Amino acid sequence: MKKTSVVRGAVASPYVVWTTLFIVAPLLFVVYFAFTDANGAFTFDNIKALSTYGQNFLMSIGFSLIATAVCFVIGYPLAFCIARAPHRARAFLTVLIMLPMWTSLLVRTYALMALLDNGGIVNNALSAMGFLGDRHLNIIGSEGAVILGMIYDFLPYMVLPIYTSMIKLDNRYIEAAADLGCNGPATMFRVILPLTKPGIVSGLTMVFVPSISTFYISQKLGGGSFDLIGDTIERQFQNAVTYNTGAAISLVMMVLILISLGVMNRFTDEKEVVVR
Amino acid sequence: MTRRVFALLLCLTFVCLPLLAACGEAAESGRTVTLYVYNWGEYISDGYEDTRDVNAEFEEYCRTVLGKNVKVNYSTFSSNEDMYAKVSSGAALYDVIIPSDYMIERMIAEGRLRPLNMANIPNYAYIRDDLKGENVYYEPGEGQTYSVPYFYGQIGILYNTERVSEDAETFGTWALMWDEDYKGEILQINNSRDAFGSAFYMLGYGDYINTTGPEYNQYWQEALDKLKEQKKLVQGYVMDEVFYKMKSGSASIAAYYAGDFLSMYEENDALAFYYPREGTNRYVDAMCVPSNAKNPELAELYINFMCRPDVALANAAYTYYASPLDFDAIEAEGNEDYVAALDEYRETMAEVHEDAIEILYGDVASSVPTWPYMNLSPEGLAMLNDLWEELKVESDVSVGIIVLASVILAACAGLAIFYAVRARRRKKWRDGLWVTQKDTAKQ
Amino acid sequence: MKVLSRIYMTVVFLLLYAPILVVVIFSFNETESLSEFSRFSFYWYGVLFEDGEALTALRNSLILAVVSSLLATVLGITAAFAIDRCKRKWWARTMQSASNIPMMNPDIVTGVSMMLLFVGIAAILRTQPFLGVWTMIAAHTTFNLPYVILSVLPKFREMDKSLTEAALDLGCTPARTFFKVELPYIMPGAVSGLMMSFALSLDDFVISHFVSSPDFRTLPLYIYNQTVHDVKFSMYALCTLIVFVILGVLIAVNVVGSVRERRTMKKGGRAS
Repeated sequence: MKKTSVVRGAVASPYVVWTTLFIVAPLLFVVYFAFTDANGAFTFDNIKALSTYGQNFLMSIGFSLIATAVCFVIGYPLAFCIARAPHRARAFLTVLIMLPMWTSLLVRTYALMALLDNGGIVNNALSAMGFLGDRHLNIIGSEGAVILGMIYDFLPYMVLPIYTSMIKLDNRYIEAAADLGCNGPATMFRVILPLTKPGIVSGLTMVFVPSISTFYISQKLGGGSFDLIGDTIERQFQNAVTYNTGAAISLVMMVLILISLGVMNRFTDEKEVVVR
Repeated sequence: MTRRVFALLLCLTFVCLPLLAACGEAAESGRTVTLYVYNWGEYISDGYEDTRDVNAEFEEYCRTVLGKNVKVNYSTFSSNEDMYAKVSSGAALYDVIIPSDYMIERMIAEGRLRPLNMANIPNYAYIRDDLKGENVYYEPGEGQTYSVPYFYGQIGILYNTERVSEDAETFGTWALMWDEDYKGEILQINNSRDAFGSAFYMLGYGDYINTTGPEYNQYWQEALDKLKEQKKLVQGYVMDEVFYKMKSGSASIAAYYAGDFLSMYEENDALAFYYPREGTNRYVDAMCVPSNAKNPELAELYINFMCRPDVALANAAYTYYASPLDFDAIEAEGNEDYVAALDEYRETMAEVHEDAIEILYGDVASSVPTWPYMNLSPEGLAMLNDLWEELKVESDVSVGIIVLASVILAACAGLAIFYAVRARRRKKWRDGLWVTQKDTAKQ
Repeated sequence: MKVLSRIYMTVVFLLLYAPILVVVIFSFNETESLSEFSRFSFYWYGVLFEDGEALTALRNSLILAVVSSLLATVLGITAAFAIDRCKRKWWARTMQSASNIPMMNPDIVTGVSMMLLFVGIAAILRTQPFLGVWTMIAAHTTFNLPYVILSVLPKFREMDKSLTEAALDLGCTPARTFFKVELPYIMPGAVSGLMMSFALSLDDFVISHFVSSPDFRTLPLYIYNQTVHDVKFSMYALCTLIVFVILGVLIAVNVVGSVRERRTMKKGGRAS
């Protein structure tokens, strides 16, 4: 009926307008700024200038990979333990995992700094116990501190999707596996891991994307020694007078992330069971 | 029932929106005027820990003496370059800004500052003569004044006496900031002029810090190399973070402003300070009005209020920076309040540190050569920007991280290939089954 | 196995909470030091409450969260409705993917792109850029939208279409059908989308960092400003308060959820 489609169009229109204006248009502006120079003339110079930032890109990807991997190694068993816990304990443990997630990133990173700083708890404790003499354990400013910060800040984001996926697991699969002769590790790798794949992919995404684009963590815990790609973008947009280089960097980062998300998503689209 | 809920929600939205607008623009309703002030961090007496809240006093002054309802919106920046980016982008409009000398010079040249109507700033008379008129090296003169001095001073090196001994070879010079013995305990200043300045002074190129052009590029390049060398030893590039790090003993060496040393000394008397032998930077921070300010007359009123001796001295007693006021003139004038404020100021300074006055105003300050920064040409600024960016981008990642990351990447790639191969093999096997079934069905 | 799992969980949770505990404990420390705990006192909380800026930031955050989540919910419901009813599948899929973009993109890219949008529009209109309250609302609504749609669309999809048809057959206008039949059905999804948007908006830092102006600061921006300059123990007090408020909300949600569960179980029990 023509009437309903007109009504439907009218209902959809505020959303369409909003999306075009505030989602599509900004991206177009990013592309525009990335490919023009200060006067608005078309140029590839900004993209070419990105070669100077090649090392930063690689560094960010490297830090991010390590942080994501460690988060997974720590987070998957944790999700498993919580999922196996008795019903009442599970609610409590879920709250315990969600609390850091909802506490602002700033608060948590700041708290970590209180712990790791030269004048902070770890150093004070160690020197009180006499391990350090009069030197300091310089944690802040090292790569370890930045990666530790990423792991600490993003661990809950890894655990929660995996946990959600695990509790949806039908227990009968595991029973069937046991019946068919699987021992513990085999059950884990052949049954549980593949079945929780959507949760794993979701968790990996939720850690990888923020950790590659963070700037607060590297600023506070890296002391400015590591210029991650998020730092570069933030600096370009807060300090530089023209935004073209910054836009180019953002564009490249966005494309990189989309590609890696696409690659990761191919693994959830795999249809293991095809019935013809 | 739910229709009403939905309608209620919609109404709430549409009521909240104008409410929000009202909140945001209550300032412009004509009854209350908001004055936007943009200053350095920790640079005003703000009432923290029982000191005078100068901004609140200004609002009170406007209300009682002038009958105007004024609200001071006070925000802070960490460096001149940050301030310049914000002001020049026009993203936020300020009425009073307090940049340093070379930035004022640049902004005047670019037409971003309004000439001040000195008739509105009678308290300008209290400023010392050596910071007025001909001695204002960052203004073009020509009968117009764009700024009123707020604080001035010199950069020096702070160090923790418990970690740094005076017998150290590099003590007393800029080279202390490059001393490998203190790796991980050094703090460098987080803005381009000061960071490059420190390298220039260390190399003995003090005379060249304001020169740019092809014939001077070698100096800048050498300074950049020195800074890159230093980056491996530095704990971080900081501005106001230096307070906490030096107070708590996280870091042992920092280059910073004399006034801030005194603030830190108050909380940690293990700290000490010196002006490096090779010479250092001297600067003047002054109050200006941007050319796109919304309330220029109110801004000039604010500036005048800040120059009032008791207010200026309250600020000076809080920040411990060198005040541009003419103490002799204040004493000569004999105004009771101002003289009392001056005495209180002197007392406070004596309590903070025995050499406070000397460090800020006296022989200690003038014992080393000093050079102020001047504005650079646009090409020079662009070059400096590129070099600073190059320094910032330079990152030293240890081999371990690279190896770890590559291992993880290889593992992921391996997993991906494994799954792909397995999937294909399974598909082939399934297809094989399917074909077999079809064959048997045919038969 | 159980012992191992218990030990592992304890260790990880301890490490996860250690920094937060440090901050909470030392926010009650009278001296501004992490090496000695001199005396238990509420001093820093006093300093925090005297700070007008902090209270303004909190007020701004709340207003912004309320407005942007409501706006996002309304827009999201209309969007989900249109997507669900759309005959042309490719258009529906495009609309849905478009709204997912802010969710997939890192926050910094969303923030930067919105800033460029406002700068670009200002350049086109030849005026000064105008970051402030309205740009913040626009940005927050935009990144809340995908979460609302993600909560509401499944509800639309799983709804029995025959209910709508029945209502139409019985003489309701399409509008009345929507309000009487469809809206109540999707309400749980809408409410959860609303809550999610509210929480996200309160928490957002990166996007706000790029599209805000000094006269409208939200709480995360205020915290950022304070932590960039100097370590202030009043910030520890603020962090502690935030942690306790969130803990309270989470517990409340859980308690309400379990009470409701018990009630339905009881009802079910009695019915059977």
